[in-house]
Amino acid sequence: MPDSLLLLALVCLPFLGALAAGLLPTRARDAASGIAGTVALACLGLVWAAYPTVSSGGVLRAEFAWMPTLGLNLTLRLDGFAWLFAGLISGIGALVVLYARYYMSSDDPVPRFFAFLLAFMGAMTGVVVSGNLVQLVFFWELTSLFSFLLIGYWHHTAAARDGARMALTVTGAGGLALFGGVLLIGHIVGSYDLDAVLSAGDRIREHPLYLPALILIVLGALTKSAQFPFHFWLPHAMAAPTPVSAYLHSATLVKAGVFLLARLWPVMAGTDAWAWTVGLAGLTTLLLGAYIAIFQNDLKGLLAYSTISHLGLITLLLGLKSELALVAAIFHIINHAAFKCSLFMAAGIIDHETGTRDIRRLSGLNQSMPFTARLAMVAAAAMAGVPLLNGFLSKEMFFAEALTAEAPLSPLLNILPLAAMLASAFSVAYSLRFIHGAFFGPVATDLPRTPHEPASWMRLPVEILVLTCIVVGLLPAATVGPYLAIAVHGVLGDDVPYYSLAVWHGFNLPLVMSLIALAGGVMLYALLQQRLRGDVEGPPLIRRLDAQRIFEQVMVFLSWRLARRLETLLGTRRLQPQLRLIVGIGLLAGAGAVWLRGFGPGNLPSTPVDPVLALVWMVGAAFALGTAWQAKFHRLAAVMLLGGVGLVVCITFVWFSAPDLALTQLTVEVVTTVLLVLGLRWLPKRFQVAGDRGPEVLTRTRRARDLAIAVGAGCGLAALSYAVMTRVPPELLASHFLERAYTEGGGTNVVNVILVDFRGFDTLGEIFVVAAVALTTYALLRRFRPAADSVEIPEQQRDQDGATQHDDAVRPTADWLLVPFTLTRLLFPVMLVVAVFLMLRGHDLPGGGFSAGMVVAIAILLQYIIGGAAWTEAHLRLRPQIWLGAGLLIASGTGIVAWFFGRPFLTTYFAYAELPLIGKVPTASALIFDIGVFALVVGATLLMLVALAHQSVRGHRAAPRRVGSRAGEA
Amino acid sequence: MSAMILSSAILAAQILLVAAMGCAALRVLRGPRAQDRVLALDTLYVNGAMLLLVFGIRTGTTHYFEAALLISLLGFVATAALSKFLMRGEVIE
Repeated sequence: MPDSLLLLALVCLPFLGALAAGLLPTRARDAASGIAGTVALACLGLVWAAYPTVSSGGVLRAEFAWMPTLGLNLTLRLDGFAWLFAGLISGIGALVVLYARYYMSSDDPVPRFFAFLLAFMGAMTGVVVSGNLVQLVFFWELTSLFSFLLIGYWHHTAAARDGARMALTVTGAGGLALFGGVLLIGHIVGSYDLDAVLSAGDRIREHPLYLPALILIVLGALTKSAQFPFHFWLPHAMAAPTPVSAYLHSATLVKAGVFLLARLWPVMAGTDAWAWTVGLAGLTTLLLGAYIAIFQNDLKGLLAYSTISHLGLITLLLGLKSELALVAAIFHIINHAAFKCSLFMAAGIIDHETGTRDIRRLSGLNQSMPFTARLAMVAAAAMAGVPLLNGFLSKEMFFAEALTAEAPLSPLLNILPLAAMLASAFSVAYSLRFIHGAFFGPVATDLPRTPHEPASWMRLPVEILVLTCIVVGLLPAATVGPYLAIAVHGVLGDDVPYYSLAVWHGFNLPLVMSLIALAGGVMLYALLQQRLRGDVEGPPLIRRLDAQRIFEQVMVFLSWRLARRLETLLGTRRLQPQLRLIVGIGLLAGAGAVWLRGFGPGNLPSTPVDPVLALVWMVGAAFALGTAWQAKFHRLAAVMLLGGVGLVVCITFVWFSAPDLALTQLTVEVVTTVLLVLGLRWLPKRFQVAGDRGPEVLTRTRRARDLAIAVGAGCGLAALSYAVMTRVPPELLASHFLERAYTEGGGTNVVNVILVDFRGFDTLGEIFVVAAVALTTYALLRRFRPAADSVEIPEQQRDQDGATQHDDAVRPTADWLLVPFTLTRLLFPVMLVVAVFLMLRGHDLPGGGFSAGMVVAIAILLQYIIGGAAWTEAHLRLRPQIWLGAGLLIASGTGIVAWFFGRPFLTTYFAYAELPLIGKVPTASALIFDIGVFALVVGATLLMLVALAHQSVRGHRAAPRRVGSRAGEA
Repeated sequence: MSAMILSSAILAAQILLVAAMGCAALRVLRGPRAQDRVLALDTLYVNGAMLLLVFGIRTGTTHYFEAALLISLLGFVATAALSKFLMRGEVIE
């Protein structure tokens, strides 16, 4: 198989599997786990297929052009180190899938679980095989997202939601920092390609931007790997189903941080800054995590803090200036994955079979599940570092490094071996607690369920992992040796230091330290018995220092108090101040431009004033002033006056030879009036606060100021329009359109040709926006709750309905609007004919899809107004959504058809067709596009107005209940 | 001669129509009742349509007649909506 195909399959298979699993029905547990298992095994097979190349020191590489002009390509790269990680991800992934098949209850939507798990697996594989740093960050963020979904899988529990959100906030913020760091690295190196970065180590370390880049990247890695002070999210992530914990917190998510540190180790490490940041964070986390773990009462909590501690160990090793420490770190990554995954699974089995994870309640499970107990004991012993198990080997390497490592400050060097021994003793103590607390002692009698051995398939993954722990512990060089060598070679290249993977190195200082730590741990556990059996939660001494509480306080401050304060400071819910701000800023911007660039008449000669138009404008001005005057105290009058303004504007358009604009404006004017009157009914009563605005003088001043702003802005706009209309730029785009409208667009109506042909792509974008707005309006109005004082039935209706004393049945409006009702029904076909007329002639003469669509919408609207919603909907089958969708499909389809003729998107074709009765009709393909616009306009207008209209229908039905409930409250 | 008669007649017609619009505007502005305002708006629309027709005669083109057509066909929809609002308190029920 070629390398490129192999790498692509390795990354894409999990995502495809996730898609397939996600599409399964909710109860398809077996099918989903089957898909997930197959994908994981297939990925493992692919990783194995890469072994020959990687074992000989080669690198698999594949590039797929994406945006070559920007230097952004999809680069996949699999060297020894990435190979090891890919193997861990897919191998442990397969085991986790098997385990999860038996762990997950059939009541849960299991396909969704496996879909998330597979997607996460794909994202994680993407992180390790990325050959480009930006791409790595992309997959990194994907792992944050999918881990959020996995941790929050049981989203009906608050703990899962909070844990998921906290994990996402912390790792997401870290990802952002990492992105910043990667951009800096790219700036220093001049390329984001991993190979280029890896070969530019000296340049990076000597660059002045090295420190910021380092801090940002380390922030990303520390948040992901749950290192102090960002460790607090990991214990909360334990609200996830146990398979997720086993996968995310042993082999994958938290290992991404240390993966990145090791990946960039050759280029970033070796400086004091690196040693201080990474080393110190690792050391603190190692001690703190181990210390807190002893005092956890929850099995998974204990394992979570022990994970934090072991990751701290790995981070500390990476922080030391030594290649051997790097080898130890990689070795410990493998070992930790094996024993921690099996321990999580054992904890899950205990939880599954007994119903609790509280160590204080659990006891004597050795009697009821002896086999699981043995497995857990071996794994815990490996975690504690007992000889002849894998944990012991990497711990010894760590001790050896702690003794010899070169530290930036000599005091640190001296405390390092002590700290190592202390942390090791802690880990012995918490491992003992895990085993002793759960499996030994008297048989517990008050467990929620009677414990027994789990299904043998559920135990199989644990057996495999524990077997690995033993075999690696006994024969390290023969089993894990070659793979470790490949991985180390992947990071360090050819200068791999000498290291020995033997169980017995002679009786040396690290062994003595191990023995002391073992004894110390046992003693510590014995001494702490009293306290551990008590009811006190949390570790002594630092119980008050709760990182989670600090995090939550910060979150509350940021997302609540600060936001609130800023809102009160900068925002307002009242329209007047908002408008004042907007108009004021607009005025200032205009005045500033005039002040900078000057203002004067244009280059066009002035035309004589047409007395008729001047008179029309005077009427219009009266309307406009009246609107402004009535807007606040007489809304209905203001709406009518606005209608007058609209008419005068239309007449002006006609006067200045813009008939298309006039047609469109007229229809829009009508619809706007109807819309405003529809909305009037739902407006709350005027907001009046008497007296708290201070004395009358202030109100008057405010009004005078508002008047000044309004007059200023109005005059400014008039001046601006005057300035624009009295000048013509030398190179006018219009002349270009005028020349080509017929020759290239096949139409004599230039406006229409521009809309549907020259600028067809803009129109397409606009109609998509219109569709989105219409759907949003519809969605918002579905949940619309009117203001309390507008819920009641209008008084006119109450009076009339009360006076006529009809039965309860809703009377058709037709009864008292019989004449208008008959007339509108007669007019309906006439309006449709006008619409067809406007539609067909649009390409050559004034008209077009937009105005035709508006006419149809108005025709239907009229039936609604006069005939009533019930009558209209009983006689007209309206599907605004279908009109909307069909319009979009037709318009886009017309554009796409051009592709089949080898032309660019939206190329038009035109000819004339003879239609019977109608005569010669232009049949440009732009006409079909225009029909799409037409359908969309009909759909969008109807959708919005009918959604508003239905408020009344629903409001009436709900009104009695609401009035009653309010009376009850009072 | 006849051209002059026509042009002056057109000018007179236009000015009278605009004057009618002005009267309608006065009613919309002053009321006194909401019904007066609605009727005045309808009158305004009819006068506007006729003004456009006369403008078409003046310029000798028919391009502007569609606007007049639309006003006469659709202008009353706003009137209907407003009347319905006054009568029943809401436009569509």
